[in-house]
Amino acid sequence: MKYPKNGKFGEFGGKYIPETLVPAIEELEENYLKFKNDKNFKKELDYYLKVYAGRPTPLYYAKNLSEKLGGAKIYLKREDLLHGGAHKINNTLGQALLAKKMKKKRIIAETGAGQHGVATAMACAALGMKAEVYMGYKDTIRQKLNVFRMNLLGSKVHPVKSGSKTLKDAINEAIRDWITNVETTYYLLGSAVGPHPYPVMVRDFQSVIGNEIKSQMKKLNKTPDSVIACVGGGSNAIGTFYPLVDSNAEIIGVEAAGHGLKSKKHSATLSAGSKGVLHGMMTYLLQDKEGQITETHSISAGLDYPGVGPEHSYFKDNKRVKYHSATDTEVIEAFLMLTRTEGIIPALESAHAIAEAIKVAKKSKKSESIVVTLSGRGDKDVEEVQNYLSKNVKD
Amino acid sequence: MSKISEKFAELQEKNQKALISYIMAGFPNEKSTISVVRGLVKGGVDIIELGFPFSDPLADGPVIQNASTISLKKGTKIDKFFALVKKIRKETDIPLVLMTYTNILYHKGYQKFIKDAKNAGIDGFILPDMSVEESKEYLQAAKNIADTIFLISPNTSKTRIQKIAKASSGFLYLVAIYGITGVKTGIKNYTIKAIKNVKKQTDGKIPIGVGFGVSTPDDVKKYIKAGADGVIVGSAFLKLIEKTPQSKLESKIESFTKSLKKQTLQKK
Repeated sequence: MKYPKNGKFGEFGGKYIPETLVPAIEELEENYLKFKNDKNFKKELDYYLKVYAGRPTPLYYAKNLSEKLGGAKIYLKREDLLHGGAHKINNTLGQALLAKKMKKKRIIAETGAGQHGVATAMACAALGMKAEVYMGYKDTIRQKLNVFRMNLLGSKVHPVKSGSKTLKDAINEAIRDWITNVETTYYLLGSAVGPHPYPVMVRDFQSVIGNEIKSQMKKLNKTPDSVIACVGGGSNAIGTFYPLVDSNAEIIGVEAAGHGLKSKKHSATLSAGSKGVLHGMMTYLLQDKEGQITETHSISAGLDYPGVGPEHSYFKDNKRVKYHSATDTEVIEAFLMLTRTEGIIPALESAHAIAEAIKVAKKSKKSESIVVTLSGRGDKDVEEVQNYLSKNVKD
Repeated sequence: MSKISEKFAELQEKNQKALISYIMAGFPNEKSTISVVRGLVKGGVDIIELGFPFSDPLADGPVIQNASTISLKKGTKIDKFFALVKKIRKETDIPLVLMTYTNILYHKGYQKFIKDAKNAGIDGFILPDMSVEESKEYLQAAKNIADTIFLISPNTSKTRIQKIAKASSGFLYLVAIYGITGVKTGIKNYTIKAIKNVKKQTDGKIPIGVGFGVSTPDDVKKYIKAGADGVIVGSAFLKLIEKTPQSKLESKIESFTKSLKKQTLQKK
């Protein structure tokens, strides 16, 4: 859906927000619509994406991995090679530039694994702005290196100790800050979630991924048979999928099944959730029988979120995209396999997509091609993987 | 006429303004909620807002957030909440407003939830994350059953004020400050201006209640003087509940309520 009327993807999305935020959201929408087609804005953003962030990213043929699995050719869209090590910079440069055009002096953001926080801190430093980042207390511990990086970049990190102390609570706290400082503050949301226009705006800034995939595959005289990306909030996935929804490709989003879909320790919102309202949007959520949001689990802090971008909910219901999931165990296996066959250490988020690619490749023909978005690099996760392996590998 | 509208009409006749209290159901437990309600009624409160806890109360500050967490941990569920409302209804016919977040109603289905709440004795609803744009189904479900009290903010535009006032019944909830509940920033000039502006835009067609950050008799006095038809005090009650032992709860709440209510009596 190009620019959804009333911010609705079917019944999903919308603006379920406290009244204090309405003028800010209206101002944002007005400015986004004005600048998204503005030649100078586009030129400036393109410049930063190319020269600062490192676009276009390569589409890498993972020959060793493909041959090992014996099926389709696997291509990796290398968002891990971007500045900061993740796709997040596409969106933060876009929004930070927009905030600057809107003459906003103060930027706030939320972060799960810390990648969006780091990308916000980088974009803000590059554009001469300062950011404050909310991060769940639990995440500040498991991703302490990213906290340090944000500090180095001149951003302040606020650890959030309420609720489950993860991403959803960081979003709650960022929204509270925004309500309080609405006249001066720009909220730089990190995923394709939240009230309209955030889901569509973040999708548009991330669509550079899918657009590049399209042209890079064309240069190879190919069209992808399958396109795979991981889904937490779903920004790398929607950026990958959106330009390709009109193609014939099978599109698969991969959620975090954690300890398994029946374990209650997972973050697989679309696979196991139900419809509801959270963080300004109508979407699929993980909730109990009473409508209380339940706690989530994933080995990957970046996917540890009980909601999902509303456009994904729309694609789930109209069946254009399939949503599968990968367990922590499958993710670690995929992580190790990619690391050892290709010398690429993926983020644990991205390893979810690799886990699905392994399954798809095994049952596909050699003539077929699979494109997997490698949303980020795994440096931030090696300690987490080390802990997992030391607990789970028997001598 | 709804029970809430009747209350405002009655107060007008008596030359009084409304004192509205917010308390979290089940905080710190169900027994205290009953004692608190008794104290409020004895103290002369006009309308009681009962909070139903939500896991992610994004418009609320630390005090209400903490009360939500405790209430949920104590096992507050929808059925138990309705049973509590029925108990309260046996003691008083004071207007009761349910304040919670949209997902709680949506999840059960607006129609079913609102009917069940009405049967228990709820007269109106406040949902801080329900915008007027998304409210069609909610409004239909509540029509002729319960009042829908919407929030407006000091930065709400003229045209929106009218749109929101049209969707509201019972009263209109003016958020006094840019911020979340419970944060004390003092009386702001922009709030005083907002009260006057909203009164003008709505032409006295619906009463205006002012809430968020209202915690002392002096605050009450100033907002009433500025033209508010009612004031809403929440976090200040929760703080008092938090530090008062169960045995003294009723009397402490009663005397605090009296001190606030006194400010809503207008000189003839």
